[in-house]
Amino acid sequence: MKLQGNELQINGIIASIDRDNIDTDQIIPTEYLKSIKKFGFEDYLFDGWRYLDDGKLGVTKDQRQINEKFVLNISPYDKATILLTRDNFGCGSSREHAVWALRDFGIKAVIASSFGDIFYNNCFKNGVLPIQLSKEQIEDLFKLSQDTIKEISVSLDAKKLSIGDIEYKFLVEDNLLERIIYGLDDVDITLQDKELIKDFESNRIKNKPWIFAND
Amino acid sequence: MPKTLYDKLWKEHHITTLNSGESLLYIDRHYLHEVTSPQAFEGLAKKDLTPWRLGANIATPDHNVPTERGDSFNMDSIDDEISKIQVVELDKNCNRFGIKQFDITSNNQGIVHVIGPELGYTLPGMTIVCGDSHTSTHGAFGCLAMGIGTSEVEHVLATQSLKVSKLKNMHVRFDGKPQSGVTSKDIVLYLIGKIGTAGGNGHAIEFSGSYIDSISMEARMTICNMAIEAGAKVGLIAPDKTTIEYIKEHSNLEDDLFNRAKDHWKTLVTDKDAAYDKEIHIDISAIKSQVTWGTSPEMVVDFDANIPNPDNAPEEKKKNIQLAKEYMGIGSAEKLTDLKFDKVFIGSCTNSRIEDLREAAQAVKGKHIADTILEAIVVPGSGMVKLQAEAEGLDKIFQNAGFIWRDPGCSMCLGMNPDQLKPYERCASTSNRNFEGRQGNLGRTHLMSPLMAALTAINGTVSNPS
Repeated sequence: MKLQGNELQINGIIASIDRDNIDTDQIIPTEYLKSIKKFGFEDYLFDGWRYLDDGKLGVTKDQRQINEKFVLNISPYDKATILLTRDNFGCGSSREHAVWALRDFGIKAVIASSFGDIFYNNCFKNGVLPIQLSKEQIEDLFKLSQDTIKEISVSLDAKKLSIGDIEYKFLVEDNLLERIIYGLDDVDITLQDKELIKDFESNRIKNKPWIFAND
Repeated sequence: MPKTLYDKLWKEHHITTLNSGESLLYIDRHYLHEVTSPQAFEGLAKKDLTPWRLGANIATPDHNVPTERGDSFNMDSIDDEISKIQVVELDKNCNRFGIKQFDITSNNQGIVHVIGPELGYTLPGMTIVCGDSHTSTHGAFGCLAMGIGTSEVEHVLATQSLKVSKLKNMHVRFDGKPQSGVTSKDIVLYLIGKIGTAGGNGHAIEFSGSYIDSISMEARMTICNMAIEAGAKVGLIAPDKTTIEYIKEHSNLEDDLFNRAKDHWKTLVTDKDAAYDKEIHIDISAIKSQVTWGTSPEMVVDFDANIPNPDNAPEEKKKNIQLAKEYMGIGSAEKLTDLKFDKVFIGSCTNSRIEDLREAAQAVKGKHIADTILEAIVVPGSGMVKLQAEAEGLDKIFQNAGFIWRDPGCSMCLGMNPDQLKPYERCASTSNRNFEGRQGNLGRTHLMSPLMAALTAINGTVSNPS
C-alpha cells in the first residue's frame, strides 16, 4: 500500500467556532449540493457565516461579499488546517459534501466533544480526521487557542495532539485511522470478499425469496 | 441470549466480520435520488464496475424538482440549469446501468421515502440504505434502514454490502393516549426536546409502547423519520398487524410468498428479556402540541409555553440560545403565539403522506388563510398521494382556503428547487430541520405538525389545536 505524504502528522493553525450542533447545512448549504463533482467546494464552506450575500454554485469567493468577522476570513485562520468546535458537530443531513468542503478548504482535522454519526463516517473516506475530546479538554483548548497560541500539531500514529506544552491523547479506531493514513478505497477492499457476498446472497435468495420478488 | 430487534436484523444481514473489526452487512434495498448519487455513479464507472444487483436499486428525482409542473412537463422544462443537470444525470445513469427509475414524468415519482413504502419496495426485515439521512423513515416497518454518504452509495452499488460497526441499543417507550390535536409529529419533537439532537448518537432507537401500537404506518414513519434529528441514524418499530395490513395493501407479493414472509416478520420483535443500553419511558398523555422556536430541532417547547430566556439558562446553553433567538428574530416576544408568520409549508418526507394531508385539510375546511400569510403551499409526497388526495377532494379544500396545491417533491423542506423562503420570512413548516438557512438564506423555520401548520395558515399565528 502506498503511503500518502504528510498523513502521520498534521501541523497547522487552529480556528475555532464556539457553537454546539453545527449541522451539515451550515458546513455547506443545500445550493451547492447541485454540483455533480466531488471537488471544488472550498469557496462554499460555512457559506452562510462566511459571506454576507446569498451565493450560487459557480460564483467564486472573489465575487462575494465577505463577512470580515467570521473566523475563516481572518488571517492567519484563513489558512487553518484544524477546526475546533463544541458538541455534535456535523449533525443532520448525510451530505458527504460537508466533508468535501472541509477537505477542499484545507481542513485536515476537526476537534469536537462529539460528532453526528453519518458525518463521522464520511470523514474517514476523505482524509479528514475527526478528533473527539472531553468537554473539559475542549474548554481548555478554546481558552488556549484564543490566547496567543494558534499552532497545533496532531500525530496520527501516536493518537495525540499538542498545543503549547499541553498534550492530549485521543481515541480513534485503528481501521478508520488507517483509511486516512493509507488513503484506502473500501470498494476495492470489499471486493476481495466477493465470494463471501455471493454465497450469502444465494442463501438469502433461497431463504427469504420475497426480498428479491421485485428484482 | 435474548436479542433486541436491532440485534436480530443485524445478525440476519451479517456476511462476515472483517479484520478491521467492522462487519459487512448485506443490503436488501438501495434507494437513490439525484443529489447524492452522481459522484457515486462516476466512481463506479471509473472502476469499470456495474451495480452488483440491479433489482435492489430504485431511483427517483425528488430534491431538485420544481413543484409547479402541470401536464406535459419533462426534464427539459426545469428552468434552473444546474438543477436540470442533476436530474438529467440521474436519468442518464439509470439508463446507462439499467436501474429502475420513477422519472419526473411518472405518476409514481415522489419523495424517495414516501414512494418506497407505498410502492411496496420497503418490506419488513430488510436492510435499506439511501444517500439521505431520512432513510431512518423505513425503520417504521421493522427495517434496519439508515442514511449513508456518497462514498457508501458507491460501495453499495458495487458490492451490495456496507461496512459498519454495530450501534448500541436504545429503547423509547411511548405509553398513553394523546390529547386532542396532538399528533405523532408532536410526540417525536417532544422526545428530541428531552434527549437533544445528540441524544441518540451512536444508537439505534427502537420505539414501542401502547401509543406506537395504536397509530398508523404513516404516523410511525413520521416518528422514525425524525430519529435522525435525535442523533440516531436508525429508528425502528417492530412489525405488527398494522404493518402487515399495510404491506398486504401495498406490495405485489403473491399469496404464498406473502404468507411465508409474514411468518418471518412476526419473529422480528425484541425478545422479552433483551437488554437495551439506554431506556426512556414517556407518558405521552401529558404532551401538548410542540413547536420549535430556534435553529435546532431540540429547541422546542409546548406551543403556548415561554421561549427560553438565555439569562435563566445553564451557562453552557446561554450562547446557543442567544444566537438562535437572534437568528430567528424572536425580539421581545415571550411566546411562540406572539409571533406573526409569513409562509406555511405542508410537505416533506416527514409529513406529506395522505393522513397528514387529511389532518391539515380537515382543519382548514370552510376557512381561509389569514391576510398576513403571503403564501401557503401543500406539496404531496408522491404522485400517488396527490391522486389519492384529489380523489378525496382535499386539493379543492386547500385551494378554497387559499393554499396552493403543488406537484410532489422535497420542495421547501430544503429549498433546493424554487420553493424557498426570502430572508427573514417566518415559516410554519411540517418538515424536519429548522437549521439556519435550511429553507432559504436567512429564512426562519418553525417545525410543527400538519394540523398546527394548517391552523397557523388560518390564524396567522400559532394557536391551540384542540
